[in-house]
Amino acid sequence: MNRRNLLKTAGVTSLGLASLPFLKSQAFAQPASTLVAVVGYTFNSLDIHRPGTNRPSYQIAVNVYDRLVTFATRKMPDGSLVYDYSKVVPELAEKWVTSPDRKSMTFTLKGNARFWDGSPVTAQDVKWSFDRALALGGFPKTQMGAGGFKRPEQFVVLDDRTIRIDLDEPSKLALPNLTVPVAVVINAKAAKAKATAADPWAADFLHTSPQGSGAYKVERWDAGQQLIYVRNDDWVGGPKPAVQRVIVREVPSLATRRALIERGDVQLSFQIPNKDAKELSANPKVKVVGTAIDNCLHVVCMNYDFAPFKDPNVRKAVAHAIPYEQIYNQAAFGRGTPMWGAKSAKPTEPVWPQPFPYATDIDRAKSLLASSGFAKGFEVPLSYDLGEADWGEPTALLIQEGLARIGIKVVLDKVPGANWRTRALVEKKLPFLLENFGGWLNTPCYYFYWAYIKGALFNASNYDDPVVKRLVDETLHMEPSDPAYRPKILQLIEKSFEDLPRIPLWQPSLDSAMSPRLDGYSFWYHRQMDARMMKI
Amino acid sequence: MLRIQIVLGRLAQAIPTVLGIIVVTFLMTRALPGDPAAFFAGPAATAESIAQIRAQLGLDRPWSAQFGGYLVDLARGDLGRSISTGQPVVGDLASRLPASLELTLVALVLSVSIAVPLGVLAAVRQDTWVDQLCRFVVTAGVSLPTFFTGLLLVYVFYFLLGWAPMPLGRLDLLAIAPPHVTGFMLIDGPLAGQWATVVSAAKQLVLPAFTLALFTLAPIARMTRAAMVQALASDYIRTARACGLPSRKILFVYALRNAQLPVITTLGMVFSFTLGANVLVEKVFSWPGIGSYAVEALVSSDYAAVQGFVLAMALLFVTLNLIIDIVYTMIDPRVRIDG
Repeated sequence: MNRRNLLKTAGVTSLGLASLPFLKSQAFAQPASTLVAVVGYTFNSLDIHRPGTNRPSYQIAVNVYDRLVTFATRKMPDGSLVYDYSKVVPELAEKWVTSPDRKSMTFTLKGNARFWDGSPVTAQDVKWSFDRALALGGFPKTQMGAGGFKRPEQFVVLDDRTIRIDLDEPSKLALPNLTVPVAVVINAKAAKAKATAADPWAADFLHTSPQGSGAYKVERWDAGQQLIYVRNDDWVGGPKPAVQRVIVREVPSLATRRALIERGDVQLSFQIPNKDAKELSANPKVKVVGTAIDNCLHVVCMNYDFAPFKDPNVRKAVAHAIPYEQIYNQAAFGRGTPMWGAKSAKPTEPVWPQPFPYATDIDRAKSLLASSGFAKGFEVPLSYDLGEADWGEPTALLIQEGLARIGIKVVLDKVPGANWRTRALVEKKLPFLLENFGGWLNTPCYYFYWAYIKGALFNASNYDDPVVKRLVDETLHMEPSDPAYRPKILQLIEKSFEDLPRIPLWQPSLDSAMSPRLDGYSFWYHRQMDARMMKI
Repeated sequence: MLRIQIVLGRLAQAIPTVLGIIVVTFLMTRALPGDPAAFFAGPAATAESIAQIRAQLGLDRPWSAQFGGYLVDLARGDLGRSISTGQPVVGDLASRLPASLELTLVALVLSVSIAVPLGVLAAVRQDTWVDQLCRFVVTAGVSLPTFFTGLLLVYVFYFLLGWAPMPLGRLDLLAIAPPHVTGFMLIDGPLAGQWATVVSAAKQLVLPAFTLALFTLAPIARMTRAAMVQALASDYIRTARACGLPSRKILFVYALRNAQLPVITTLGMVFSFTLGANVLVEKVFSWPGIGSYAVEALVSSDYAAVQGFVLAMALLFVTLNLIIDIVYTMIDPRVRIDG
């Protein structure tokens, strides 16, 4: 008899089951093809284009809408699936051709593609949806722009089943950018029927009633509580999903989510904290899958506008004073990929992210600081987003401790979520901060475009370097097969090692806990749950 | 004075209060640190897209214009749309307030049914084991933080023993919510004849209600004990005893009735702070209540939702105070309220 059974028996006998106000909960009698997932966040819209739609809601775009194309998946050693950035495969498009000058792509839609209401998916629907992503502005517009889609005239309907996308310049990002959650195809006829003069893009209607062709339909949405998907049996975008109904419950408390998955009452707890991932991997009744997030880094930014950080020796001293190993163990709980301690200051492979050539070395840090203009040390606030406190707080404390050893006094500055973007990313006035940008499109130049160019949103360090700017401009749209690409990327990475506006700590991983019976869990760059390949 | 006149008089008195609250909450939400436009513009927003969102939210207009618009909407019963939930605030409140009220009311009924007898017993048998037990329960209840009690109950009764249902909010996964009439599952369920739903809702309520009851037990039990001790020591009880009235009658008619006033006052206070303070319990039990809604709204500087929440609570408090005043006059005819 184990401890749990002993307690159970003791509890039953001493209290008397019948006298309790609640009965034993029934062994959960759900139909075989229903999957219950729990998440810690809340969905606020079923329409990804609508201004104000939060990040978790992108999941709906993934599961209920189709895009023209998507990425293939490849199997990892642990049996989980990971998207394959190198292989673009059809979703609504049957085939596509790129013009010889690579300035236009022509897509032919699948002839049997139907929206849920039975009407065929046409090129007009595609155009209307892409126009809408640009017209409603905000994040969808920015993301479309990353692939070179900036004006509605670029989407040309040739006939009902053919659409051409024109580009101002050839870009390797154009095709991958059609796989992103915002590039969804909406049933334009159904949506336009509900459009009004004040709301020409039917944002109020699509907010609560999606009109798509995707693998799942939304059966029920109780805002703040749950979302229920039901399978669309006529889906042509890919292999028919195995799970008939998916219930996604919002459970704000971490401890409650953990109890649910450990008891086996739910099949998936999507995106769990590093600490739980570490502890649960020891539990044979739960399967934990962790995948390092492509093109994403937890970094410390040093603002070039802050006097001491203008000095390269100060930046290098800081990079040698950070206790990387401890941070990796106590903030990341050993999940993710270490990003410190490279042997050579010259990168040999054009891959990103890769470890930086700095490691904890207090003597080295002290001598670097001594040779800088701030040999006596200085005081600096280290800011982090309260919404990211699970890793931010332990990391900041350890950095504070590490820098104290070389005479830099760090004061912690916690910034509430609503203020964070404005202060850290828009005004860019914080001298020293923790940041965690991850690029959806997985190329090194894309990361540099967002994080190392003057004025770019995630360049919270106000880093401005003409060489880096030129290299990013040259490589952003260049094919990786171009012989000029590799040396330029190596040069970019070397600059990032040397100039250090951002010091990487580790590459985070996305961890989920699931029932050992669950197959087909997949990791995507958009970090959303894709139910379409899951089996139970 | 007629009771209806009292009610109308009190309602009239509430008007300036509510107007004041409207102005203050409007100004306070604007004074919140944080920029909702930047927050909602999303992860890769540019300055241009933030400006666009600001215009869409109407936040680029001067405060006076925003306030005017708010008043006009308010007059039409429109509290605006919450940007964080994407729903009209009126709808959010209509679905979330009943969830919190149901939980709080069940918890208070539970709490009163334990605390009042306990308090009376403790007062009658001072310094015996009952009194010590009362002291122990009260101290424990007030010193254990609710999220801790909640997690402990979940751990023992759900995780270890498996007696309690999954802590997944108001209904289990398979139960179907009854049509919305009052928003109270225990009322709407029977109205729709969905008994399975009622059973499910009742089971889901047990643990969170116990958690809250344990927390609210303390002030009610303490107040009952204190009021009873005072009442029992008073002259009219001595007279009643001297006249040889049966002790049951002395206790429940003369003493308890006189001790009720402070208990009712405490109850009103406990009710109002519980409604706002049960956010931690709501989080642990995934309860879709008003507390977690307000906290989320504050964190994301969601103006419409914060304003709607404060206004709803203000109206609730005004009503609650009115009800308590009326209950006073019913319990004790000596109490007079001047309209």
